Parts: sequence; C-alpha cells; structure tokens
Amino acid sequence: MRRASLRAWLVLLLGALYFVVPLVGTFEFSLRYRRGVYSFEAYRIVLADPRFQATFGYSTALALATIVVGVVLVVPTAYWIQLRLPRLRPVVEFITLLPLVIPAIVLVFGYLRIYNSSSWLPLTASEATTDLLLMFSYVALSLPYMYRAVDTGLRAIDVRTLTEAAQSLGAGWRTILLRVIFPGVRVAVLSGAFLTFAIVIGEFTMASLLDRPAFGPYLQLIGANRAYEPAALAVIAFAVTWACMAVIQLMARRAPGQVAGGR
Amino acid sequence: MSPATRVEARPLPAALPAPAPLSWAWVGVVPFFVFALMFLIVPTSFLAVGSFQDPEGRFTLRNLADLFTPSILSSYAISLKVSAASAIGGAVLGFLLAWAAILGGLPRAIRPALLTFSGVASNFAGVPLAFAFLATLGRTGLVTALLVNVFGVNIYRAGFNLLSFWGLALTYMYFQIPLMVLIMAPALDGLRREWREAAANLGASAWEYWRRVALPILWPTLLGTSLLLFANAFGAVATAYALTGSSLNIVTILLYAQIRGDVLHNQNLGYALALGMIVITGLSNAAYIWLRGRSERWLR
Repeated sequence: MRRASLRAWLVLLLGALYFVVPLVGTFEFSLRYRRGVYSFEAYRIVLADPRFQATFGYSTALALATIVVGVVLVVPTAYWIQLRLPRLRPVVEFITLLPLVIPAIVLVFGYLRIYNSSSWLPLTASEATTDLLLMFSYVALSLPYMYRAVDTGLRAIDVRTLTEAAQSLGAGWRTILLRVIFPGVRVAVLSGAFLTFAIVIGEFTMASLLDRPAFGPYLQLIGANRAYEPAALAVIAFAVTWACMAVIQLMARRAPGQVAGGR
Repeated sequence: MSPATRVEARPLPAALPAPAPLSWAWVGVVPFFVFALMFLIVPTSFLAVGSFQDPEGRFTLRNLADLFTPSILSSYAISLKVSAASAIGGAVLGFLLAWAAILGGLPRAIRPALLTFSGVASNFAGVPLAFAFLATLGRTGLVTALLVNVFGVNIYRAGFNLLSFWGLALTYMYFQIPLMVLIMAPALDGLRREWREAAANLGASAWEYWRRVALPILWPTLLGTSLLLFANAFGAVATAYALTGSSLNIVTILLYAQIRGDVLHNQNLGYALALGMIVITGLSNAAYIWLRGRSERWLR
C-alpha cells in the first residue's frame, strides 16, 4: 500500500498543478493593471462598467426565468411519468438527453431558420419575443440536468403513497403538486436550479447568435479588446460557478432524506 | 436503474380512480412534448431535411457531397482531432486522478474535495476558461513568463502556441478531466474489495489484478466516457472562439461564421454541415449509452 500511496500523491500533485496554476495565473494577471504594483484596478473598472452591470443583470434575469419555466415544465412531467405513465419513461428520458447530443450551435441554427421574422411563428421579430426564444433555448440546454435532478429527487420520496394519502384527505391535483410534491423534491429542484444558473450566466453561443445583450457575448467582446479586464472577469465567473456548486453541496448535506441530483 | 425502482413503476393500485377505457393521463405530459417538438425536434429535423434539398426545395444529395470539399473536410478533421486528443487526454488523466483519490490510499478528505472541485471545473467552460488560459499560457501569461525568467525557456520560441491545436486541446482538458473524474468515481467505488482479495489469494500481483480483473470490468465505462468527452468537445464553440477567434478552422467556428454571414454561399450546405455534426455527436453518444448498459452488469 505504501508504494501505491506515493504514486497516488504524485498523480494528485500533477492534477492539482494543472488545475490550480491557471487559476493563480489568471488571478495574478488580473492584478497587473497598474505597471509595477499589484492592484484591483481591473476589477474596479469592470465592476463600474455600465455594460457589465447591464449584461450581468440581463443574464441573471434570464437565468431566473429559465429556472422557473424549467421547474414548471419538468417537475409535473417527471411526477406524472412516475405516477401514471411509467411506460413513457424511456421516451421522455431520451428526449431530455437530446440537448447533450445536439450541439447548442446546431439547435440555435434551427431556431433561427424556423422562428425568423418571415416564418409562421416570428419569434425573432421583436426583442421581447427573442428574449422568450433565448429563455426557451436555455430551458432546452438545462433540461438534461434539471430532469435528472428532479427525477432522482422523486425516486427518493414515495410519490405513490404521498399522492394517495393526499387524495384520501381530499386534496386536488394542484394542492398535491404545490404542497406535497414540490416541497418533497425542494433540494433536488434547487440543485438543478443552481446548475442551470451556472450554465446560463456565461453562455455565449446562443445569446450571441440570437444577438441579445447577455453576459457571455459581453465577456467575448471585452476579451477581444482589453488586456487585464478579461482576467478579472474570468475570476469573477469562476467565483460565480464555485458559489453555485458550493450551494448544491451544502444543500445535499443539510437535508437528510432528500437527494440533490444533477451531474 | 435498480430492480427496486422498477417494481415501484407498476400500474396504479386501486386507490386512485380506475383508468377509464379511454385514459386521459397523457394530457399531463402534453406541455413537455410540445416543448420538445418546438425546441428540440422540429428545429433539428428542419436542418436535417434542408440538407437534402437544393435552394428551390427539390431533393438532392449535392449538399452532402459538397461537404467533401477540402476546406470543409479539413475543418471536420481539426475538430475531430482536437476532440479526440482532449477526450483521450481527459480520460487518461481523469481516470488516474479518480484512482488516486479513491483507491490510492490518500487521506479521506481528498475525495470529497476532488469531487466538489470537479463539479465546479466541469462547469467552468466557455469564454472565461479561454481568458484563464490566455492569462496563464498566453504570450505574456504567468507560466510563460515564469519559464523564461527562471528556466530561460521560451515555450513560444520552442514552437508552442496556445492558439493552436495543442493549445486548444490542453484548454479543453480543463473541463474534460473533471467530467471524467465525476463519472469514474462511482465506477471505481463499484470495484468490490472481494475481487481484489480473491485475485491476491490466487497469487495475482497488483498489475495482474488490474489487467485481468479490474480493467476488463471498467473498460466499457472508460471507453464510453471517453466517447462522451469526445462529443462534449466536438460541440464546444465559446472556448475556441474566445481563444483563437477564427484563426483555428474547427467545424463549430465554421458553422458560427456560416450562421452569421453565409460564408459558404449556400444555406443548404450550412444545414448539411450541421447535420454532419449531429451524426458525429449522435453516434458517439449512442455508443456511450450502449457501453454504459454493458458496464452496469458488474458495477451496480
């Protein structure tokens, strides 16, 4: 066991180097804005940039809308599949995996062709409906993670017994969903939600091709034109991702009996 | 899926109203299927059908044949090579890391730390990842400068370039390795201690145990996950675009340019380009799912 442990340490050290060095490098680079001294000047400039505030706010709002629509779409579907239509499960699971198979750029290409301003449903004709289209495309992107998280959560509670108990107490479907099922999979839903947030907040391809002022295209624009600000933005983006994942981990630990699914 | 959950999924017991001859249960999943049709199936089918049509809408195989022109073929080739290199590199290093944390006899705290970090890093992709690697291994990056100042080695004079095939593959591995770790960790947990002990009792060395017992059990997972990583890299746009602009002609960048400005001067050829991508990611995902099914025989 001793020799194996030495080899394991070596592998871990190399891995740690590969993963930590770019983070350190980025952080160090982001402090170099002023010649000769380390400073947080790049962060100050970025955070004060009105376009940063506007695009970050836009993407945050979009992420929240995506989460709400995703949850409203996925929870009743997954619940209904487990309760009443188990035979459809393979079909639904296959569909939820499609966004992993079809690259995002191909999906958005399709949207631009069938929802353009001269089509039967001209979603890209106005800004508001393009926002709607972008939101639905993010719901599609996050579908595999959201569905898996919710489905795992539903399996951990006894859906059938809970439903029967609620029904024999006189609850209707709305009460069952809102007051029994949702609270039961709260942790799973939240973990899917934070994963969705991490995916949506910096997404570039779809926002850029639908031409909406999201955070991802802003990042790309700054990267093409500035030297030190991109590094500061990368550090901020990493912190946001880290925060999302940390919350998922914490929830998984804090709520015994509930399952935080996701990846 | 474990046997227990299969049992639960039987038709309803009598407590709920018995399904009428014409059951309306399907109404509950209509929103989901409408969504799937509108935002997954119809858009993709539109592109697939369009790749078999000429601009006037008549059937043709011309677009598919035109994919085999040198410039398009080379963009597919670079994409395939970058995806394969980052998938193989990610799979090997991710496997080694997962092995070290789970079976390597390291302190217990390493394992949750590695898994948490992998959850973060596998989602740290796109534009910020490109920035991080530019700040580290770009021409003025920390590591580049450090190597010059401390060791007197200029990696850029030695032929390295971050904005190239190897640079892109190295950058992609930042989200590929963690994804491999996340999938391999449970598989390594599934290796039973008894198998190792049985092999040892029969006189097998550690190497023989790995070669004749552990790896044959793990290989469907290993190969399947590598294919998943491959598809993961193949569809990526943002990292490559932010890193290399349009200087590295991978197929997603070409498609991006085609969507923006019809650089191929043929909309239907653009559809065929997209169809080619779906076929490649579809095949590798299908193989992944098939291999995952095989691996579940032993690892439960």
